[in-house]
Amino acid sequence: MPTCLAQLDFTTVATGVLFYALAAVVALSAVGVVVSTNIVRTAACLLFALVGVAGLYVLLSAEFLAAVQVVVYVGGTLILIIFGVMLTSKSAALTTGARRGEVAVACIIGAVMLACLTLILLRTTFTSDPMDPAAPYPVVALGTALLGNYLIPFELISVVLLVVMIGAAYLAKARRGDR
Amino acid sequence: MVSGVMSETAQHIPGLFARVIYDATGLAPSPWASWAMGFVVVAMIFLPAIGLFAVMAIWVERKVAGHIQSRLGPNRVGPIGLLQSIADGIKLITKEDLTPDGADRLLFKLAPYIAFAPAFAAFLALPFGPDLCFEPNLAVGVFWVLAILGLEVMGVILGGWASNNKWATFGAMREACQVVSYEVPLGLSIIVAVAVAGTLNMVTLGHLQGGGLHTWVIFRNPFVMLSFVVYFIASLASNKRAPFDLPESDSELVAGYHTEYSGLRFSMFYFAEYAAMLVVACIQTALFLGAWHDPFGLIGYYYEQFTRTNNTAGLVALNFLAAGIFVGKALALVFVQMWVRWTLPRPRIDQVLYACIKVLLPLSFVLLVGSCVWQLVVPEVTGVPWQTYNPFSPAAWRGAGGTMVTQVLLALVGVGCVGAIVAWVGYAFVTGRNLKQRLTDPSPIPERV
Repeated sequence: MPTCLAQLDFTTVATGVLFYALAAVVALSAVGVVVSTNIVRTAACLLFALVGVAGLYVLLSAEFLAAVQVVVYVGGTLILIIFGVMLTSKSAALTTGARRGEVAVACIIGAVMLACLTLILLRTTFTSDPMDPAAPYPVVALGTALLGNYLIPFELISVVLLVVMIGAAYLAKARRGDR
Repeated sequence: MVSGVMSETAQHIPGLFARVIYDATGLAPSPWASWAMGFVVVAMIFLPAIGLFAVMAIWVERKVAGHIQSRLGPNRVGPIGLLQSIADGIKLITKEDLTPDGADRLLFKLAPYIAFAPAFAAFLALPFGPDLCFEPNLAVGVFWVLAILGLEVMGVILGGWASNNKWATFGAMREACQVVSYEVPLGLSIIVAVAVAGTLNMVTLGHLQGGGLHTWVIFRNPFVMLSFVVYFIASLASNKRAPFDLPESDSELVAGYHTEYSGLRFSMFYFAEYAAMLVVACIQTALFLGAWHDPFGLIGYYYEQFTRTNNTAGLVALNFLAAGIFVGKALALVFVQMWVRWTLPRPRIDQVLYACIKVLLPLSFVLLVGSCVWQLVVPEVTGVPWQTYNPFSPAAWRGAGGTMVTQVLLALVGVGCVGAIVAWVGYAFVTGRNLKQRLTDPSPIPERV
């Protein structure tokens, strides 16, 4: 094996390359979401951005979070596309153009967000603890927490979601009855 | 809790290959070499294997379809039509790659790859043998494969929408409806098995089932046995296979979501379908059917022995045998998928939604709760067979007699079911007329006078 390769730390190089590749995918698709005027294309770009973020989670050894990200957001973009196709007619309305005022407002909000995030990034001192190999795997800890220590809040949130679902079903049904 | 049983010994990238190569060459284990080996494994083993499987499965599917419907199936190209798929492949490659006018060109061209890549990526977490898993330390293996397979849907929907064709769009919308309905029962039926085994890692799941037929997850309690059936039905829906092939339904929608596709891009959708068939069958094998283990627990026993005595040659042989068993079980399930496809008629889309949401969903909830209650009430043996207890010694089951009786009884029921089917098919095979002629001769079978 060439010495130059042996000297490079494998993990640093591999994670570096993968990080920048994934970050590029996420950034480009995020730009695509903003720029594209076609609603289905926007959803497709959003999908790539979210899957790229899942890849970043994998790089951080958070496979569970990555899998959840994929499962939840693929479903989410799916629904978005269905609405995009079903609630708008095929011909004209599928393209969503923004007016000049909206663009200006969006730019201002974006700039403020960017400034805030940059400030936070610059002013925070990040500490990172290496993972303890003896500790139970995060999924086990997560499961114990959700169904043990935090059972009541977890179930309460589920009840709130159930209420939302019932409400949505009721509204949809009432509307259909009027017709 | 048994998670991480094997994770200390399991190596990154097919550990066995790495061990053999390091032993033979005397090189020190290097992450670069392992990384390169990962690429070699993906490019030289997984890709050709999936391609070959798809090509052969398409031929088998047509043969099965033919024989189930009293036809012959392909029989002109090569012996008993074996080369038919190759001929089709040549035709597809030489076909013009059309993009319809008014289609969303970018999404149209991208969609087949979005459909194919996830089915391919899912193979990385599948345990083909105790040391033949690409990523054995993936603690959330089952969940990961499920998430990855869900991405395939996006390829179908984007492809259908981008075609600028109303049949394709209808197909895509039906696929979306179907996803919303089958995903929850699919996930819940998997959770039943995972809750019984107590781990999401697919390699650990395999090791837990190594003590013979009665330790397979499917026979742990009656609820798991039923959730095996729920999983199978939901997996048919997830593969868009008949009777749930609504997105394609060629009698109403021309060809559904891939109406406008031709040539290589069309075949990508086909490859995706067959790869996904194999993946869901492999998940079912790993979760329920004892993964790579034989019914007598021999592989589990010898794996434990060889690991203790550090017998590399024995481990290599054992792993290849295990891979054969694993793939064999998965292929048997794929055959059942084909059998169902050519036997059952297609329901309407509202009937599919009804079946998934109003029947399978409540049923899988009942199964999950039932299985959990069962585990609370009936004490069970925890640990890895052969490593922590001897699955065939009654002493090891002391205090868990109820579990042992249930598992052995359920295993007998399972053997009875499979035996009945095999006997039935065997009877038809023996008494059917002119079998050889049916397979080879294209001329009509003469009536027996």
